[in-house]
Amino acid sequence: MAIEGADIIKAAAFLGAGISMGLGAIGPGVGEGMVAAKACEAIGKNPKEAGLLTRTMLVGQAVSESTGIYSLVIALLLLFVV
Amino acid sequence: MMEWEPQIWVRAAAFFGGGLCIGLGAIGAAIGEGYTASVANESMSRNPGLSNVVLKDMLVGQAVAESAAIFALVVAMILLFSSFSNPGWLTAAAIMGAALSMGFGAIGAGIGSGFPAGEACRGAVRQPAVANKLMTNMLIGAAVCQTPSIFALVVSFILLYTDFSSMPVWPAWAALVGAGLATGLAAIGSGLGGGTTAQASVEGIARRPESASSVTIVMLLGQAVVQSPAIFGLLISFILLFGTYQPSSELAPAMALLAAGLCVGFGAIGPAIGGGEVGRNGVRWVARNPGAGQVITRIMLVGMAVSQSTVIYAMVISLVLIYVV
Repeated sequence: MAIEGADIIKAAAFLGAGISMGLGAIGPGVGEGMVAAKACEAIGKNPKEAGLLTRTMLVGQAVSESTGIYSLVIALLLLFVV
Repeated sequence: MMEWEPQIWVRAAAFFGGGLCIGLGAIGAAIGEGYTASVANESMSRNPGLSNVVLKDMLVGQAVAESAAIFALVVAMILLFSSFSNPGWLTAAAIMGAALSMGFGAIGAGIGSGFPAGEACRGAVRQPAVANKLMTNMLIGAAVCQTPSIFALVVSFILLYTDFSSMPVWPAWAALVGAGLATGLAAIGSGLGGGTTAQASVEGIARRPESASSVTIVMLLGQAVVQSPAIFGLLISFILLFGTYQPSSELAPAMALLAAGLCVGFGAIGPAIGGGEVGRNGVRWVARNPGAGQVITRIMLVGMAVSQSTVIYAMVISLVLIYVV
């Protein structure tokens, strides 16, 4: 089996893309879960503010989603651009 | 190296894989059972008169948590003692995939099942009158925690008992190892997350026994959503196991298949743990404030859905790695 330099680079890009998105997905998943967990608790304590709490939860989750999107962008760049 | 006989590599992979499988597989159950026993001790010290009930809860709960490790033991035994007919290079890859799948796959279920079991011990002291109800709920919750490890067992058996010899060695070896990693790693989070959700339901029933039926339903709803990352891992495993591959002498196609398994496997861990946290608080507050049950269930499901988004990105990247590049 003759392995050439271009092949190794492509293989590394594929592995890098998979690992980037895989590991990058862990943090936002845990973080957004903590946000939603506290939102459930807060609504349990004060159900009247459900609308406000839902809105705040979604905004907070959107912000913590950002690092997952960075990973997605890097994975797509590794797969299709570089 | 390449002129060595494949049988030698198959034997080597079986012994190495057997050790890896039970080594990784023993982690989770031991932690989960230790947690259960620690809570059982704490509960007995509060009310030594109920020590019989607590001991029964502890042993039943630990037995459920043990099952994931027993699956890993079974796979390790099969690897050590079976004689693989028609051994080829792909048999060695399939053995490594099976070992990784069951080894990683037992971690989450073992730890997760320990949480509801511990809470059942605590609850038995808090509300001795409903000890049976707590035991039932604990068993339902812990059984759902075990499903990811059963997915891992299924993938292990498919890898061990399917004849892959018609596939081209390159790149199919990477698909087989990747299939094991996808289900194995993805099972970690769903086992843990299902456990934290089940723990809250046992706690909730111990606080307000009259809320038992609604709490159990919300628990099952939450656990079902928490299982979805493990199901995404299983899906990618099946795609990898039953795909058709063009023979290739290049490195890149093989690495793409391996990366597909790693991507969805790692990516499933976080969303499932996060979903478990949502389930814990959702179920806890449905029990404490039943009047707001509907609103809490709704926000629990919305919050879980949003925290699943990154595992869906990971699955998309895995599919791109398998089908597009």
